[in-house]
Amino acid sequence: MLKGGYVGKILRVNLTNGNVMTEDINEKWAEMYIGGRGYGTRVMLEEVDAKVDPLSPDNKVIIATGPLGSTYAPSSGRVMVITKGALNGAIACSNSGGHFAPELKRAGYDMIIIEGKAPNPVYLWIYKGAVQIRDASKLIGENVKKTDAFLKKNTHPEAGTLEIGPAAEKLSLISNITFDGHRAAGRTGVGAVLASKNLKGIAVKGNLGIAVADNEAFAKAVYSARSFLSKDPFSGNGAAVLGTSMLVNIINGLGALPSFNASDAYFENADNISGERLAAENLVRNEGCDSCPIACGRVTEIRKGKYKGEHGVGPEYEPIWALGSMCGVDDLDSVVMASYLCDDYGLDSISAGATVACAMDLYEAGYIPKDDVSFELKFGSPDALVEAVRLMGEQNTPFGKLLAQGSYRLAEHYGHPEFSMSVKKQEFPAYDARAIKGIGLGYATSNRGACHVRGYTIPTEIFNRKVDRLAYEGKAELTKTMQDLTAALDSTGICLFTTFGLKAKDIAAMFEAATGFKCDADEFVKKGERIWNIEKIFNLKAGFNMFDDALPERLEKEPIKTGPSKGEVTDLSRMLPEYYKIRGWDENGIPKQDKLQELSIEDLI
Amino acid sequence: MKLLTINIDKCTGCRACEYACSFVHTGVFNPLDSRIRISEFLDDFVFIPSVCTQCEDAYCISVCPTYALSKNTQTGVVEFDSDKCVGCKQCIISCPWGSIRLNHTGKELIKCDMCGGDPECVKVCHAKALEYEEVEDMVMDKKHRNAIRYKELIAQQQGV
Repeated sequence: MLKGGYVGKILRVNLTNGNVMTEDINEKWAEMYIGGRGYGTRVMLEEVDAKVDPLSPDNKVIIATGPLGSTYAPSSGRVMVITKGALNGAIACSNSGGHFAPELKRAGYDMIIIEGKAPNPVYLWIYKGAVQIRDASKLIGENVKKTDAFLKKNTHPEAGTLEIGPAAEKLSLISNITFDGHRAAGRTGVGAVLASKNLKGIAVKGNLGIAVADNEAFAKAVYSARSFLSKDPFSGNGAAVLGTSMLVNIINGLGALPSFNASDAYFENADNISGERLAAENLVRNEGCDSCPIACGRVTEIRKGKYKGEHGVGPEYEPIWALGSMCGVDDLDSVVMASYLCDDYGLDSISAGATVACAMDLYEAGYIPKDDVSFELKFGSPDALVEAVRLMGEQNTPFGKLLAQGSYRLAEHYGHPEFSMSVKKQEFPAYDARAIKGIGLGYATSNRGACHVRGYTIPTEIFNRKVDRLAYEGKAELTKTMQDLTAALDSTGICLFTTFGLKAKDIAAMFEAATGFKCDADEFVKKGERIWNIEKIFNLKAGFNMFDDALPERLEKEPIKTGPSKGEVTDLSRMLPEYYKIRGWDENGIPKQDKLQELSIEDLI
Repeated sequence: MKLLTINIDKCTGCRACEYACSFVHTGVFNPLDSRIRISEFLDDFVFIPSVCTQCEDAYCISVCPTYALSKNTQTGVVEFDSDKCVGCKQCIISCPWGSIRLNHTGKELIKCDMCGGDPECVKVCHAKALEYEEVEDMVMDKKHRNAIRYKELIAQQQGV
């Protein structure tokens, strides 16, 4: 019997025939895989052939919550989208904050499994035990914000929504799913998967309560966690004042901010696009996801120049980097505008920015014929940046269509795939692997392609005095630990940012009190390791192998040109074999039998 | 006397207060059972908490036919005795703020009781949009802030 945390029900919607079913949660899986990302991946392994075309009706999309969602556990509003990703065909779990997850839980479901393909564009409306599949043909071509407004207007003003934008409708491989019009499950092209099913959005409103197994223990664990978070300099105050973009100056100060498509890792004018500058020139107020004491969200506006009067949310640190230093652009208002455009079209702003940077690099190298682009696509040009993002979002020109497929397809099209700063076709984020070695191992081994939030080694590598960011030693261990912990905490439905103040034991205590499943820190991390391994198994079945665990050539061959990390390259071979060994995988990166048995997943490979 | 005060500018819309309130009163997390509610305006990202103001001359008390609502003169809280309530809903109709409402069942009345002098919502509000403070302190604080503004204006005029 589930004692708390979970609702205990799964909603299954088959869009091909319109069938809607409710199923019970598999309690054994809940205990083994926690929920959200872990449980969803287990469902994918069970129900979806890993070799399936991500954009075919045979792929499924799971919109999942975790057992800590819809409670006052800190930052517990996370929603997870699990599917076979459109960008690279790997297992994708793309997460978002906002208030959708708690609404879904209170509507009576821990997750929704979406199958098949609707004959016409539709959206779902879930309320008081009823599920309606409604016509969405009027919404085609509508941007994210307007779609959110339409859904709320036509269902319930306080409904939680998810929606895709015009980029996804035209099957951009770097399109996202947005929640409540302003928070995104950005990476791996999950938007295109939803679009391939003709599903434009979902609205949900809940009215049920969520109980936990042990009220007293839960209150104690939550208040303790909240107090740790308020004491940490980042989660306590820094994120509220400067947002994630406080990192721009910090990371650039280490010479670790990839610039000019990572041909350098130091951006001279970084201060012009810093969190401090954003706070001074654009910030209107903070906004927090469900139950979040950190409230890193930025509500912003543009107050001068040609985009004066535009307003929206963000940009966060990653888009500022991708659309800023990665493209060599130091005009903050243009970066903010480009970020707004990504949000309107429903584009992953990390991949979008890195793709524009790749295009600028190809253009300057002379590999993109001048006839293909109608303007000067040069590094540092704010106008070229905004125009390129527009082309990418509209996709009404051949070049725009190419951009919308991400940097790998773009660079491959022009015969130089090495210009794409990606792993498994997904663009890496805002930390240079030459200047912070461990994160490079994380990029190479991340199950969904290059990514910082699968194993965020950055705080340890740059703030812990005992750890040398330039050393290779110990990074395999650190990467594995962070990957396993993150897989577990993602699955509970809380935000990765809580790790600034919380340890595994703190999260395990909340999980145990909420669900009644016995769980200490070791057991919690073990569940994370199990989740990591089943993701790996899905990828192996999909056809990925050790050669896909590799970094872009540039990071291993071209030394950083300027700044504090000048001269650095990275050497993955000094970390990867050790990483495989620590994981209990063989030299080809395949989990060994005894590891699988230890994790009780030997029947899955 | 202490008051539950709301600073709208600081609210981030996280709704932890709603969770805390419902959990401490019912043992279950359900915003529909929370005595404090947030209205959100996503277009402008403005979030406005609202909760019972514990009126001195409360409409709800004067319309209640069964004396289920009463003013505690010591704590200042407008108290609700569910045993006396017959569910006529006159208090809901008369409250200008919407601070008395029905819970998720649509039958039982709920209103803020200040958690007996230690409001749970304040404890989870890291943004400090909600505070529990002495009326006098709050008045002094406001007076002082306004005085500073006048002082600055005068200094400006004098060209200092």
